[in-house]
Amino acid sequence: MARAISPRRKWTITVVAWLLGLAIFFPILWTVLTSFKTEGEAIASPPSLVAFDWTLANYFEVQARSNYFKYVGNSIVIAVGSTLLGLLIAIPAAWAMAFSPTKRTKDVLMWMLSTKMLPPVGVLVPIYLIFRDTGLLDSRIGLIGVLTMINLPIIVWMLYTYFREIPGEILEAARMDGASLAKEIVYVLTPMALPGIASTMLLNIILAWNEAFWTLNLTASSAAPLTAFIAAYSSPEGLFWAKLSAASTLAIAPILIMGWFSQRQLIRGLTFGAVK
Amino acid sequence: MRLKALLLGTSFLAVSGLTAGAETLTIATVNNGDMIRMQKLTDDFKAKNPDIDLEWVTLEENVLRQRVTTDIATKGGQYDVLTIGTYEVPIWAKQDWLLPLENLGEDYDVDDLLPPIRAGLSYEDKLYAAPFYGESSMVMYRTDLFEEAGLEMPEAPTWEFVADAARKITDKDNEIYGICLRGKAGWGENMAFLTATANSFGARWFDENWQPQFDQPQWKETLDFYVNLMKDAGPPGASSNGFNENLALFQSGKCGMWIDATVAASFVTDPEESTVADKVGFALAPDNGLGKRGNWLWAWSLAIPAGTQKAEAAEKFIAWATGKDYLELVAEKEGWANVPPGTRTSLYENPEYAKIPFAEMTINSINTADPNNPTVDPVPYVGVQFVAIPEFQGLGTAVGQQFSAALAGQVTVDQALQSAQQLTQREMMKSGYIK
Amino acid sequence: MATLHTQSTARLMMAPAVVLLLLWMLVPLGMTVWFSFLRYNLLMPGMEEWSGFDNYYYFLTDPAFGTALVNTLLLVGGVLLISVGGGVALALLLDQPFFGQGIVRLLVIAPFFVMPTVSALVWKNMFMNPVYGLFAWVAKFFGLQPIDWLAEVPLFSIVLIVAWQWLPFATLILLTALQSLDEEQKEAAEMDGAGPVSRFIYIVLPHLSRAITVVILIETIFLLSVFAEILVTTNGGPGLESTNLTYLVYAQALLQFDVGAASAGGIVAVILANIVAIFLMRIIGKNLDA
Repeated sequence: MARAISPRRKWTITVVAWLLGLAIFFPILWTVLTSFKTEGEAIASPPSLVAFDWTLANYFEVQARSNYFKYVGNSIVIAVGSTLLGLLIAIPAAWAMAFSPTKRTKDVLMWMLSTKMLPPVGVLVPIYLIFRDTGLLDSRIGLIGVLTMINLPIIVWMLYTYFREIPGEILEAARMDGASLAKEIVYVLTPMALPGIASTMLLNIILAWNEAFWTLNLTASSAAPLTAFIAAYSSPEGLFWAKLSAASTLAIAPILIMGWFSQRQLIRGLTFGAVK
Repeated sequence: MRLKALLLGTSFLAVSGLTAGAETLTIATVNNGDMIRMQKLTDDFKAKNPDIDLEWVTLEENVLRQRVTTDIATKGGQYDVLTIGTYEVPIWAKQDWLLPLENLGEDYDVDDLLPPIRAGLSYEDKLYAAPFYGESSMVMYRTDLFEEAGLEMPEAPTWEFVADAARKITDKDNEIYGICLRGKAGWGENMAFLTATANSFGARWFDENWQPQFDQPQWKETLDFYVNLMKDAGPPGASSNGFNENLALFQSGKCGMWIDATVAASFVTDPEESTVADKVGFALAPDNGLGKRGNWLWAWSLAIPAGTQKAEAAEKFIAWATGKDYLELVAEKEGWANVPPGTRTSLYENPEYAKIPFAEMTINSINTADPNNPTVDPVPYVGVQFVAIPEFQGLGTAVGQQFSAALAGQVTVDQALQSAQQLTQREMMKSGYIK
Repeated sequence: MATLHTQSTARLMMAPAVVLLLLWMLVPLGMTVWFSFLRYNLLMPGMEEWSGFDNYYYFLTDPAFGTALVNTLLLVGGVLLISVGGGVALALLLDQPFFGQGIVRLLVIAPFFVMPTVSALVWKNMFMNPVYGLFAWVAKFFGLQPIDWLAEVPLFSIVLIVAWQWLPFATLILLTALQSLDEEQKEAAEMDGAGPVSRFIYIVLPHLSRAITVVILIETIFLLSVFAEILVTTNGGPGLESTNLTYLVYAQALLQFDVGAASAGGIVAVILANIVAIFLMRIIGKNLDA
């Protein structure tokens, strides 16, 4: 703390920041709380924050209707798989762009980003037909492929901005010592690039986890992830607020917990080269 | 254990096919109460058919329709059993997308299916889908509120009476709304209600030459009536309420009347889910003295897509889910009131079932709906609350958006009708019905 | 340094990414272009025929097209305004020392992890519902008429929902940028007697400009194709009030199953998106070169 700050000011800021933070977080908190209420209590007026009979019934009901663990498993496989595959393809590309840039590097990068603007619905039918003919419908491999392609531009760009921050002199020094390209990557670059790679990986797991168009449209049952799980609750069946909350909580809990635990790593690289 | 079985069963489909192990049927269904109940009762099916495993894909109605239609039209082959309605069956059967149901078993008794429902699910005299539950629409009302207001609901009310009663019952300060009606845009949502209602006002979608009729006074009368009534006596947010939203409102005691699907009767009278279970009365859908009532006809049905490799197992499943034994099974486990209604004559002849308060009104409503002559004036199409042409899904939804906007007050009734007329005309021209 | 050798290695290293993305773009896009010239409805197989520019004609003259275009811009603009404006304010706040900084940061980033479908469902049913929603309860508590959010101000409601999801992202990037601002620089300014406002305008804002452009670029990419939120909450309605381009194409493709029209719509959307992209890249490109 370089600057002195009056205690009073610090307390004011504390109060304001907490209030804002709680307000932003409130929808999630409210959902979690509602998931432990009965349907009647969920729509009671006035609503009660914590003073209700806590029950797990909604979770049992949701689990009885759809096997949550199957969907979570698929979500994990698809999100992690597509991210790792994406990194595998993107690291060399970003590497090359960062350390052997040509005049066209920037254009290539921008073109890559522009492919992300393709509205998915417009190409649904072609993709569906291709998937049908290759037997990829309702397969995790197929979804991993699609999500890899969708997030590849972001991965390349994030890595590129990160790699660029690595001083070139270090590489040159390594080369002077006669290090081969492989050694250069393993001993010099990887340690320096690791935070950036970790952050990219986390961000892309989040993006892939939450992708709801392709995952819903290209799966039926065996590869269906949590986005399909939640689609069974997206319109009410009579009183359904508590059940919806339970299903929602289940759908976001894993990624929220992962996100919270790894937020330091996530934030460190989440600059897209914006910090100089 | 289960997860392991699942992994084995799914990632190595080919292998498990060889090992003569369990065959897995993938069943696409809608997240309505009766289907969820069926899902919970599958142990009975598995006990009878140990060699068949069931994999459920339960989706919300619109998502289901979109997924299933994409899959069947591209012959994707992801599903072995589909849940579809009376709108899709004739159109899809005509395209050879469905397999006719010819081996449902000896004790299935096809002739027991209610004639209007069976007709709706047949194409060229062959049954292409088996009804899981059938429905018409009727008035559900709160007997306590009617008593309080000194009103008596006739068995066959007129629109005038309904509108009048709705306005009298409404008590917005206490969150009692006289009438709840569908407003959420969609051909199967607000347009189902409005098209059926328009029939009773003497309106129709097309004249005999496929000219759209939204510029006719009958439509204006229908829509004016609906929008004004909802403004005076409807709940807030009506333009985003569909079947399920209204069900929730009625169950929590906020509606005086609700005109909707007959299947809702078992939900609103279920004391476990409904706060007004013992205060509900039933009446036929209203009319306007023109000889047609505003009730529709629909059946959620199970069908087998032509692309499946497991037709035999699929048909076994359909015979189980839509057979007489299933009705007995539900009755035994959950009571007769929760049996999927509206499919079999024998159910309505069953003295046990006749005790259910809504049984008679349901069958009367179903029998008064006539998909072949839905309107006062002649029309070139079949279907009460829909027009059985492939273009209707898109068309009905687009028109539904306009009417929903009129209900929300975003446009006037006249503007909505004008837009509806224009967009229908465009679409009919584009698809070559009119020049 | 850039010898011939390293140049070709570089090309080789880039090849997989470039080739795959090219394929991903060209194959489906090529098929889409082809379909867009056909009269092709999934529900009427075997009737496909060449129809020239008919699909484009019907898509572009559809009164819904103009509305959708405007809605798309309003949606992107609205969310950007809220998330960047709010993000700067939040970042400035969180950059101050206070008790429980770590926990508040956790609370603030949480919405970013929530699936769009889930957040739309939660907002629609638990907050914006005019009968059971919490907002309605609050309004009634103060004796006001509850607002029917999704019917009366549908586009604004969707902007709110989407902005809630993206605010944490903007805040995080801006906060990181802010933290890299030299403490000495700030102090020097303070000594010069610069007030908080002029310090913000002359020192903080220029420092944040790069981060802000990055936020705008990334968010725009995602916001142009907002879809799940609309599907779950309003279905594009009432009327066309909340239909954006993506949703319009969806309505063509999956409600009408008119692949021809949807493909034409898709191509139009791609072209428009690319115009926006080029425009953005121009600005960003400049800003990123530094």
